Amino acid sequence: MAAVLESLLREEVSVAAAVRWIARRTQSSEDSPGEAAVLRSLRPLRKEFVPFLLNFLREQSCRVLPQGPPTPAKAPGASATLPGRPGGPPRGGRGARSQLFPPPEPPSPAAEAPLARRGGRRRGPAPARERGSRGPGGPEEGVGGESLPWAGARRLRGSGSPSSPSLALCDPPNLSNLEEFPPVGSVPPGPAGRTKPSRRINPTPVSEERSLSKPKTCFTSPPISCVPSSQPSALDTSPWGLGLPPGCRSLQEEREMLRKERSKQLQQSPTPSCPTPESGSPLPSRTGSLTDEAADPARVSSRQRLELVALVYSSCIAENLVPNLFLELFFVLQLLTARRMVAAKDSDLEPGPGVLESVGSPLFQSIHDCVFFAVRVLERQFPVLSYLDKGTLKLLAENERLLCFSPALQGRLRAAYEGSVAKVSLVMLPSAQAVSFQPETDNRANFSSDRAFHTFKKQRDVFYEVLREWEDHHEEPGWDFEKGLGSRIRAMMGQLSAACSHSHFVRLFQKQLLQMCQSPGGAGGTVLGEAPDVLSMLGADKLGRLRRLQERLVAPQSSGGPCPPPTFPGCQGFFRDFILSASSFQFNQHLMDSLSLKIRELNGLTLPPHEPNDDEGEADVDWQGERRQFAMVLLSLRLLAKFLGFVAFLPYRGPEPPPTRELQDSILALRSQVPPVLDVRTLLWQGLRARRAVLTVPWLVEFLSFADHIVPLLDYYRSIFSLLLHLHRSLVLAQEREGEMCFLNKLLLLAVLGWLFQIPTVPEDLFFSEEDQSDGFQVDAVSSEYGLDSVPVVDQQLLYTCCPYIGELRKLLASWVSGSSGRSGGFVRKITPTTTTGLGAQPPQTSQGLQAQLAQAFFHNQPPSLRRTVEFVAERIGSNCVKHIKATLVADLVRQAEALLQEQLVAQGQEGGEAAQLVESLCSQLCPHGAQALTQGREFCQKKSPGAVRALLPEETPAAVLSSAENIAVGLATEKACTWLSANITALIRREVKAAVSRILRAQGPEPAVRGERRGCSRACEHHAPLPSHLISEIKDVLSLAAGPRDPEEGVPPEHLEQLLGQLGQTLQCRQFLCPPAEQHLAKCSVELASLLVADKIPILGPPAQRRLERGQARRLLHMLLSLWKEDFQAPVPLRLLLSPRNVGLLADTRPREWDLLLFLLRELVEKGLMGRMEIEACLGSLRAAQWPEDFSEELATLFNLFLTEPPLPEPQLRACELVQPNRGTVLAQS
Amino acid sequence: MILTKAQYDEIAQCLVSVPPTRQSLRKLKQRFPSQSQATLLSIFSQEYQKHIKRTHAKHHTLEAIESYYQRYLNGVLKNGAAPVLLELANEVDYAPSLMARIILERFLQEHEETPPSKSVINSMLRDPSQIPDGVLANQVYQCTVNDCCYGPLVDCIKHAIGHEHEVLLRDLLLEKNLSFLDEDQLRAKGYDKTPDFILQVPVAVEGHIIHWIESKASFGDECSHHAYLHDQFWSYWNSSELEHHHCCGSSFITAASQCHLT
Repeated sequence: MAAVLESLLREEVSVAAAVRWIARRTQSSEDSPGEAAVLRSLRPLRKEFVPFLLNFLREQSCRVLPQGPPTPAKAPGASATLPGRPGGPPRGGRGARSQLFPPPEPPSPAAEAPLARRGGRRRGPAPARERGSRGPGGPEEGVGGESLPWAGARRLRGSGSPSSPSLALCDPPNLSNLEEFPPVGSVPPGPAGRTKPSRRINPTPVSEERSLSKPKTCFTSPPISCVPSSQPSALDTSPWGLGLPPGCRSLQEEREMLRKERSKQLQQSPTPSCPTPESGSPLPSRTGSLTDEAADPARVSSRQRLELVALVYSSCIAENLVPNLFLELFFVLQLLTARRMVAAKDSDLEPGPGVLESVGSPLFQSIHDCVFFAVRVLERQFPVLSYLDKGTLKLLAENERLLCFSPALQGRLRAAYEGSVAKVSLVMLPSAQAVSFQPETDNRANFSSDRAFHTFKKQRDVFYEVLREWEDHHEEPGWDFEKGLGSRIRAMMGQLSAACSHSHFVRLFQKQLLQMCQSPGGAGGTVLGEAPDVLSMLGADKLGRLRRLQERLVAPQSSGGPCPPPTFPGCQGFFRDFILSASSFQFNQHLMDSLSLKIRELNGLTLPPHEPNDDEGEADVDWQGERRQFAMVLLSLRLLAKFLGFVAFLPYRGPEPPPTRELQDSILALRSQVPPVLDVRTLLWQGLRARRAVLTVPWLVEFLSFADHIVPLLDYYRSIFSLLLHLHRSLVLAQEREGEMCFLNKLLLLAVLGWLFQIPTVPEDLFFSEEDQSDGFQVDAVSSEYGLDSVPVVDQQLLYTCCPYIGELRKLLASWVSGSSGRSGGFVRKITPTTTTGLGAQPPQTSQGLQAQLAQAFFHNQPPSLRRTVEFVAERIGSNCVKHIKATLVADLVRQAEALLQEQLVAQGQEGGEAAQLVESLCSQLCPHGAQALTQGREFCQKKSPGAVRALLPEETPAAVLSSAENIAVGLATEKACTWLSANITALIRREVKAAVSRILRAQGPEPAVRGERRGCSRACEHHAPLPSHLISEIKDVLSLAAGPRDPEEGVPPEHLEQLLGQLGQTLQCRQFLCPPAEQHLAKCSVELASLLVADKIPILGPPAQRRLERGQARRLLHMLLSLWKEDFQAPVPLRLLLSPRNVGLLADTRPREWDLLLFLLRELVEKGLMGRMEIEACLGSLRAAQWPEDFSEELATLFNLFLTEPPLPEPQLRACELVQPNRGTVLAQS
Repeated sequence: MILTKAQYDEIAQCLVSVPPTRQSLRKLKQRFPSQSQATLLSIFSQEYQKHIKRTHAKHHTLEAIESYYQRYLNGVLKNGAAPVLLELANEVDYAPSLMARIILERFLQEHEETPPSKSVINSMLRDPSQIPDGVLANQVYQCTVNDCCYGPLVDCIKHAIGHEHEVLLRDLLLEKNLSFLDEDQLRAKGYDKTPDFILQVPVAVEGHIIHWIESKASFGDECSHHAYLHDQFWSYWNSSELEHHHCCGSSFITAASQCHLT
C-alpha cells in the first residue's frame, strides 16, 4: 500500500490513474503503459489502498495533533493480516509486498522514527492493555456515560511517568461502553470468526479534564471536547505516545509490517548503513511548547507532496471510496482547526536525502501542513460544503485560516453562505400528547366481550399513567425505569390475554410512538406532526425568536461525534424501556406485525410529484407542504423501522460475535432458516427500481442499524448490504445528469449509509471487500422516469434531522471560534440559562402556550374530521391569502413603481440610468409598504376562514364548537400566510418591480418614434380589412415581377396596383391584425413600390404597346402612396431609400430617362412635411458621390440644381422642368 | 378547412425539387385550384424547408462556397443585369435567399478586413442598398424578392400570419366565451415556454379534449408537430390534440375554431 503512495509521490503514476485503479474501473487508455505496469504489479493490494490511506492520514495527523486522536477509520487492510483470519490474503502475499518497496531507498532515522516509536510502544505495554481490554469488556445495554480507559492512563502519565504507561493501562476497561455495543477495539481471544470484532475505530484518548465530564459515547471520532486544555503542561510531553488507543492496533500492525519489510530490505541491501531501530529505540523528544499557533501558508513544508495526497484523498472521497463522507469531512475540519502541535526536533523532521518524498517522512510536519492539506481537500469538496446549513457555512466562511490559505474558497463559501436559505434548527420540543380515543377501532363492537373492552380501557389508563410518570421522573438522577415502572407494566401485560386485546394495545402503542417521537424536529423526543401548527399559533414573529432561543438552550451539546451509535433519544427511550420491561413475547410479535404493516403502507405511499413548471410565487406555499409531507413520511418510517429492527433483533442481540467458527457456522445455519420479519430486500429492490431510494434507504438503514453480529453474514442480508454498497458507490455527487438524483437526496443517502457502515455490528471489511462484484449493480430503473429520487424532496432541515451527526461539523467549527473548548468538555455557550426554582417541573405557561394547549385539548375531544377540516381550511385560505396579496397589494405597488419610473424618466430626460439602480431606488421606496401585507393578510384570513369552516362542518355542529373551530382556522391560516409573507414579501416586491422596470425600459426602446401614440382602429371598424400578411405577399409579387426574371406574358394590371394601395390603406386604418414588424415591412415595400413607379419599372399587363404605366396613373398612385405615408403609417417610413443610389439607379437603365416623377415626388414630400428640404438636399448631395455613367451624372446634377432653385414656397406642379428632354415640361403641364 | 393527409401528400408529391419561385407557385395553383394560395404556399414552404434541412450542409462546404462565388463572379462579369445568382441557386437546387447570403458573406470576407457579423449580413439582406457593390445589391435583391420560402420578406409574412391568427383566435375565444390565458399572461406567471393560449376550462372538439391552442404560421405536418410538442408543450399536454392539429394548415385555427368551438 505504501508502495502505491510512493509511486504517486514519485509521480510514476498519475492521480487520475490511481483513482481509477482503486475504483476498479477497467483500465483506461489514458493510463500510460508505465502507470499500468506499476499498478498491475500492485493489484493484489488494491482493496487495501483506501483503508491504508485513511489510516495513514489518521496516523500522520495523530503525530501532529497532540491533542486529538486521529479520527478513526476502518482499517480492514491491516486486519487482513491478523493471524488465523480466514479469508485474509495468503501469507505469500507478504513476499510480494516486500518487493513493492523501492529497494534503493536509503533508510533514514527520521523516516524510521515514527515506526520506531510505534514499535516501541507496541512492544511495550500495548499488548497487555489490549489483552486487558479484551477481557470483560462486554457490551451492555443502556449504559450511558463512560470514562475511557486510556483516560486513566493519561492521568497516570500526568502523575509523573511519562515514558512508561505502565500496567495501569490494564485497568478494567469495561467502562468504555457504547450503549448496547461491544467496546470497539476488543479483540476476541483466539482465532477470530469471520467477522473480526476488533476495533476498527480508534477511540478517543481524552484529556484529564475530560474524564470528569460525562461525554456521550463516541466510537468513531474524537469528541470535540477532547481538544486539550490550554495550559501547556507536563502532561503533554508525551501526548500521543501513550494515548494511542487500542484501536490503533491495526495501524500499528500495518506500520510494523512496513518496518519489518524495511528492515528486511535493509538486510538485503548492500549498505545497511543505518541500524534498524528496534524495540526500545528512544522516543523522540518533543521539546516544543504547546501554544496556539497561527497557520501560515508560507511555511508549508512540502507542498507538492501534500497537494498530491490531498488530491488522491479528495478523489477517493469524491468517488465514494471512503465509507463515510462526513467522517472524512470531520477529520479534515479537525485538521483545519488543529490548535497547536508538538514541535519535533528539527533533526527529527529533517528527512534524509532521497526519502524526501517518501511515505516514510511524516506528512504533516507542522500546523501549516495540516491546514494546507485541509484547505486543499475542502476546496475540492466545495459542492458538498455549499449544501451544508447556513450556520456551518458562516463558520467556514469566517474561518481565518481558510481565508489565509485560500481566499478563493473563502469567497465561494461566503457567496454560498449569502445565498443559502438553509437555516437548520436543531431544536427538540418534548411533548407527550395522548392519542385520542379512536372511535373507529376502540369502540365496544371491536372487542369480543364487555370484559375485554373494559380491560382495554383500563390498560389504556395504565399506559398513560406510566407514561406520565416517566415524563415526570426520567430525568431525575437515580430514577430507574425498571425499578419504577417495570412491575406495573408487566402486570398490565399480563392482563392482555386475548390476541385481539394485544392488537388493540399495540395499535395504541404505535400511535403513541408516532405521535411523540416523530416530528420534523428530529430524532429526539419532539412534537408530533400536528403540534407545530398549533404551536405556530403563537404568532410568526415571536415564534421564530422563541425557537432560536430554545434551540440554543435545548439543543444537545453533542450528539456523540460524527458517527454516534444508534440510540433512543428523548421519548423514544420510554418506548424502548417499555418493550424491554414488558418482555412479552406476544406483545413483541404483535408490535412487529403492526410495525411491518405500517412500514409497508407508508413506504408505498404515493407522494405527489412536484410540478416543476408551476407558477413559482404562491406555489412555494404548496410545495413547502409537499416537502413537509415527505419529511413526515420519511421520519415516521425511520422511527417505525428503528423499533422494528430493535424488536426483531432483540432475541439475538449479544455483546459479542460468537467466539468460535464452529459456533458461528451453526448459528448461521440456524438463522438462515428464519424468515426475515419484513421482506426488506424486496422493498429495497422495489424502491431502487421505482427510483424511490431516497425514501426507502433511510428507513432501511435505521432497521439494519439494530442488526446483531450474525445478520450481515446471512445470505439474505448480505445481499442487502451489497446492494447498499453499490448504491453508495453509485451516488457520485459530482455527477449531475438529467433525471439523476438530486444533490441533497444523494447527500442524505450518503450520510445514512456512511453511518451504517460504521456501526460496530457491520463487519468492517464489508465496505472494502464487497465491491469486487460491483459490476452487477444495474438497477433497471425502467418503470418510472420521474421517481422521488429526482425530486428535490430533501432539504437541509430534513438532512440534519435524519443525520444530526452532520451538525458535529458545525460544532467543531464553533468550538474553534469560541477558542476554548477543552475546559468544560463542551462548547462555550453564549447564553447561560438562568432558571427559576422548579426547573424542569413545569414549563412556563404563557397565555399563548396555554392557547395552544387549549386548542389541542379542543381537537382531542372532537371527531378527527373536525381537525382535518380546520387544517384544510387553514391551509387553503393561507395559500389563497398569499395569492390575493400578490394580486392586490403587490400589483398596486408595481403600478406605483411604474408611475414613479415614468416620472423619473421624464424628469431625467430618457436617461433613467442603470436599470439596477432604478430598481434599487424604487424598491427602497416601495418595499416598506410590504409591511401592509401582514395586516391585509390577517384581514383576509379573518374574513374568509370562518365561512369556509362553516360550509364544511356539519350543519348540526354546536355553535360553541363552530366558533372555536373558526377561530383556530383563522389563527392557523393567518400564521401560515404571515409566515410566508413576512419571509418573502420583500423579495416578491423586488422581483415584480424588477420585471416591471425591465418591461418599461424595453418598451421604451431605441426608437422613440415607435413608441409614439398608437391609434387603434375606429370603434365602428369591423376588422374586415385585408390581412397584412396577404398584402405583403401581394406587394412582394409585384416587386419580384419588377425585379425579374419574368415570363413575357407576366405583368400587373394597372387597376391591380390601385387596388393594392387601397387595400394597404384599409389595413393601415384597421390595425387589428397589424404587428410592428409587418408594418415596417409594408412601409419599406411601399417605398420600393414608389421607386419602381418613379423609374417606370413595373411591367404592366396589356397590349405590348402599352406595357408602361400612363404618366397620370403613375402620378395618381404616387399621390396615394404619399397620402398613406402621411396619414396612415404609424411606423417610420424609410423615405430616404427613395434617394438611395440603388433606387435612383433604376432610372439609369430607362431610355428615355424621365425625371419629372422623381422631382414631383420630392416636392410633394417636402410639401407634405414628410421630408425636410435639407434632408433631401443632403441625400442628393451624397448621391453625386456615387459612380454613375457620365450622362447620368449630368442629369442628376441638373435635377439637383432644379430642386435647389425651387422656392421654398410650394407651387410645384406649374413649373416646367427642363431637364434634358424639352418635352418634359409639356408632359408635366398636362397633368 | 381541414385538409386530409392524402391531399397533403398529393400536394407534397408535386413539390419534389421545384425551385421556390413565383413561377412554381403559380403552376401549383393551376394544378390545385381548389386550395387557397396561402395553404399551398404553406405546404410548399414546409416541404421545401425539409428539403433544405437535408441538403443544407453540402452547400456550406468551403469548396462549394468557393465554386459558387467563382461562378457568380464569372456570371456578372459577362452580364451584370442577368439573374446570375438566382439561376445559380435554381441550378444547384438551393434557396435563392440562402444562396444570396452565402455569396454576400463570401463577398464581404473578401472586401472587408473583419469578418462580417450576422447582424450586418441580415441587415444587408433586408435592405440591399447597404451593400457596397451595386451589382451584387441587385442580384441579392432579386434573389430575396423571388424566393417564396426563405428571405426577410417571407419571414415577415410568416410572422404576420402567426400574429394575425393569434388575434383571430383570441377574438373567437372571446366570442365563444371561453376563458383563457394568453401568452403574455403565461409569461408573466413565469412559464418559460408557452403555447398561444391555455384554456382555463378545457373544451371537447369532436371527441378530443382541447387544453391549449397554438397557432402556427407553418404547416402542422407530422414531423414538425412532434418536434414542436417535444420542445414546447409536454408540460401542458394532456390529451390527444396531436391528431387534430395534424394537417390543419395555417388556416386551421380560423376554420377549426369556427367549425367546432361552438
